Amino acid sequence: MATETTAAEGSSLVFHPMDQFIVKPLFGDGAIAWYTPTNVTLWLFLAIAAIFALLVLSTSKRAIVPTRMQSVAELAYGFIYKMLEDICGKEGVKYFPYVMTLFMFIVCANFLGMLPMSFTTTSHFAVTIPLALAVFLTVTVLGFVKNGASFLGLFWVSSAPLALRPVLAIIELISYFVRPVSHSIRLAGNVMAGHAVIKVFAGFAAIAVISPVSVLAITAMYGLEVLVSFIQAYVFTILTCVYLKDALHPSH
Amino acid sequence: MATEPLAKEVAGTCVDAYGSAIGMPQLCFDWFPNQIFWLVITLVVIFLVLSRVALPRIAAILAERQGTITNDLAAAEDLKAKAVEAEEAYNKALADARSEAQRIAAEARAEIQSGLDDAIAKADLEIAAKAAESEKAIADIRAGALESIQVVAKDTAAELVTALGGEADAKAIDSAIDAQTKG
Repeated sequence: MATETTAAEGSSLVFHPMDQFIVKPLFGDGAIAWYTPTNVTLWLFLAIAAIFALLVLSTSKRAIVPTRMQSVAELAYGFIYKMLEDICGKEGVKYFPYVMTLFMFIVCANFLGMLPMSFTTTSHFAVTIPLALAVFLTVTVLGFVKNGASFLGLFWVSSAPLALRPVLAIIELISYFVRPVSHSIRLAGNVMAGHAVIKVFAGFAAIAVISPVSVLAITAMYGLEVLVSFIQAYVFTILTCVYLKDALHPSH
Repeated sequence: MATEPLAKEVAGTCVDAYGSAIGMPQLCFDWFPNQIFWLVITLVVIFLVLSRVALPRIAAILAERQGTITNDLAAAEDLKAKAVEAEEAYNKALADARSEAQRIAAEARAEIQSGLDDAIAKADLEIAAKAAESEKAIADIRAGALESIQVVAKDTAAELVTALGGEADAKAIDSAIDAQTKG
């Protein structure tokens, strides 16, 4: 980040850990309207390209004995398919393209964000909140369409003592509406925090004495972040499956 | 990059005059419409690519592989059954050949036996014929011998009678000899 050092006045220690998250127009320096192609656009489209390469190009030969890339595609398919089937049962399988879209997008965006100098789209609430809201709305609409008013049974814990049920209903209702918040902030928060911490350590690298420690710390954080990239995609997807299960089978 | 302060209207409310973030860029609502717009496009594109191309293709590949494995297993089962069948046929052929050989041997034995029996019967007949012939010859000889004895006895008796100074009565001697030899 050359900008940081030039922007720094006098001091050699400059931390701008959040600058990596700034949205910039791809062409020129104009204001950002809703349609402006920005670095967000670029990295979102790179995610599309990665998914296309992984799932479409690698399987183009339709080999019975898969190549390495084709096995990765098949593994990803089997992983999500099995997760969805285990949690939601047979009737959940028809939502497989939807769940797979979410998983592939998040995992590819997270890993693309691990490239140095990249822009991490999934670190932005503007990206994760629509994802989580989409899941929330899908589950709610699906729940009422599939079960009608009995979907509200989700909030009425029939196994609890009768006196406790209204209290539990309130708690369940609150937790239901908190879902999209936790769902989106968990993903963006994890990704953002990791990237910011790496940037902070990178700032310390300017001091010669500390720089070896700093480089080691960056390496360790990077390893951790690679794990987090996958685990957060996995968590987002598995929670989507769990919420879908609530819509399909609302009884506790 | 920005080495001198930017114009305020270009920087907006989220970036300071030097191009650095003010607070969390994540909370800059000026950028939300842009991000959401491109996100929706991205998700729609990914969804279409996955549901139209990628997922059916991978499903087909996995199904095809499963089918191939199942077919190969069935073919292996088939071949195994055929091998067992072939072994059974071989064993049956072996047993058949063995019983055929036994039958042929028994036949040959019976043939030889009947030939042998014929030969023995023929030999027996010949032996019997020869024996009868010999018996006849012996009887002839015996008869011949008796006659000779009578002749010799008569002669001897006559000689004895004469030697003893008697008169040989041929008739008496003959009858005496006959009586002696008949007895």
